[in-house]
Amino acid sequence: MTVTAELKDVTKAYDSKIVLDTVNLQIHKGEILALLGPNGSGKSTMLKILAFIENPAEGEVTFQGEKVNFKNTEKVRLESTLVFQKTTVFGTSVYNNIAYGLKLRKVPKEIRDMEVKKSLELVKLAGFEKRNARKLSGGEQQRVAIARALVLKTKLLLLDEPTANLDPKNVGILEEVIETVNRENKTTIVMATHNMFQARKLPHRIALMDEGKITEVGAPAEVFGKLSKNLARFAAVDNTFTGTAKVIASGTSKVDVGNGVQIEVTAQKQGATAVFINPRDIILSKVPVESSARNTFKGKIIQISDLDSLVKLKVDVGKPFTVQVTKQSFNDLGLCLNAEVFITFKASSVQVF
Amino acid sequence: MADILGDTIHALQLILSGDPAVFEIVSRSLFFSGTAIILAILWGTPLAMLIAMKEFRGKTVIKTFFNTLIGLPTVVLGLILFLSFSRGGPLGFLGLLYTPGGIIIGQAVLVTPILVSIGVSAIESVDPEIMSLAQTLGASESQAQIAVLKEAINGIILSDLASFNRAIGELGVVLMVGGNIEGGGNQTSVMTTSIARDVQINEFGLAIALGILLVIVLFTINMIVVILKRANYLVELAKGPYAKLKRSREAKR
Repeated sequence: MTVTAELKDVTKAYDSKIVLDTVNLQIHKGEILALLGPNGSGKSTMLKILAFIENPAEGEVTFQGEKVNFKNTEKVRLESTLVFQKTTVFGTSVYNNIAYGLKLRKVPKEIRDMEVKKSLELVKLAGFEKRNARKLSGGEQQRVAIARALVLKTKLLLLDEPTANLDPKNVGILEEVIETVNRENKTTIVMATHNMFQARKLPHRIALMDEGKITEVGAPAEVFGKLSKNLARFAAVDNTFTGTAKVIASGTSKVDVGNGVQIEVTAQKQGATAVFINPRDIILSKVPVESSARNTFKGKIIQISDLDSLVKLKVDVGKPFTVQVTKQSFNDLGLCLNAEVFITFKASSVQVF
Repeated sequence: MADILGDTIHALQLILSGDPAVFEIVSRSLFFSGTAIILAILWGTPLAMLIAMKEFRGKTVIKTFFNTLIGLPTVVLGLILFLSFSRGGPLGFLGLLYTPGGIIIGQAVLVTPILVSIGVSAIESVDPEIMSLAQTLGASESQAQIAVLKEAINGIILSDLASFNRAIGELGVVLMVGGNIEGGGNQTSVMTTSIARDVQINEFGLAIALGILLVIVLFTINMIVVILKRANYLVELAKGPYAKLKRSREAKR
């Protein structure tokens, strides 16, 4: 297995707070590696070190077998690019945004135009060249940011929570792009995420991170299969809960996740279990819904955040659930903070680990 | 006592007849202030970039120092420059006192705090991620700094404009360093100093004419900048002096 980049005993601290603690990690050529961990676990710092815009305080980084130091930083930076979690675009046209890196690499105008066009098609923004990047929606801006990184065809592509705060349509487009680029261009991709669902679906390998350390590395099935204590720490992540499962008479199981919340799942499970419910699979209503769905809970809205065409809500039913509704539904239902609502989802929508 | 109506009519006659003496003063003012601004931009913009982009001890003190200098009475600055440029002063050997060069340097020094202070806040208001973004796309440190500067370009243009307005309307420094010399090879009288002198010698017509022209010049220049900015011309121009030329060459190819 060829190694594209490697971190050896890398430590990094900001104002005496250690954010990466003696990290060792190999990134294999052509793989998608997900860094999975809660906020503050050191994922973003690790990506910045791999993008060569931050230097480790201790330890060393090698890129394609070459040790990276102050002499060759600018050279290796041309082969690795990072898409930030917070979408940042230059205050100019979409074309100028995407062509920026190509201009730095002195790519002739004809090829530049063609590459910009191709990368915009890939992120489904064909014809957006002349639009002002800052006037696009959040999801479109994130797609511009991805296109701007993809157009460079770097050996290493780093994505920091690429789909955080995006609506499902944009998430779908971006996930497809990530898979396509990896499959067709053989681009090595390292992505930070705290979305378990995404971590299970996209990458070839997962590195679990916690408090600046890598606690586990392996294939998704292997890591999720173990349901290690590290993975259980992710209970703080959206709609991921840990609890005790018990098989019930109907042949399904109920997972008691605490505070009186029992979630019915289709799998037959006993003992310690983690469950994840995709926010997209939850129905929100003001009155109980009569349906075939096995899970209905009453709660109240404790947080409202506005996404592009969607509204993300946190509903406390004893445990906090994240739910996504369209802006139209949000307005039609007349929802507000502290409003009493019901959440409903099918037992088959629950991912069990 | 001035005959306001009569003097105003006389002023309009001077303007409309294209009086050479009046327009010579106007063009001299434009030349002095324009050169002063270019000079101040050459040292003020890199200074603003340095203060805004680098972290160093005493940064807040330096920023406060430049902010304070904006409010410094111009006669005080004029006095400092007069003493520096006078024969016995530390810069006396340059022979700048009562010369056009002295006025240009004086105005450039006067507007430097405006250029630096507004420039620093314009650069600091740019999203801090822009620098890292440019670097992740392959920019060297200096290329990334230019990317940040481009983002701050509207604020930088504003600081240039404010500096020009201040320079062309300046009296104290110009009077003390320039001396308001009319005639001969070293003429230093500009619009503001001429107005001051004309009032003292009861030449109200000429003073009013220069006053009207000063307002017209300021208005026209500000208007041109607004129109060019709206057309995005200045922004493009600032992105590289040869950008337009390069584009037209590429288009031909």
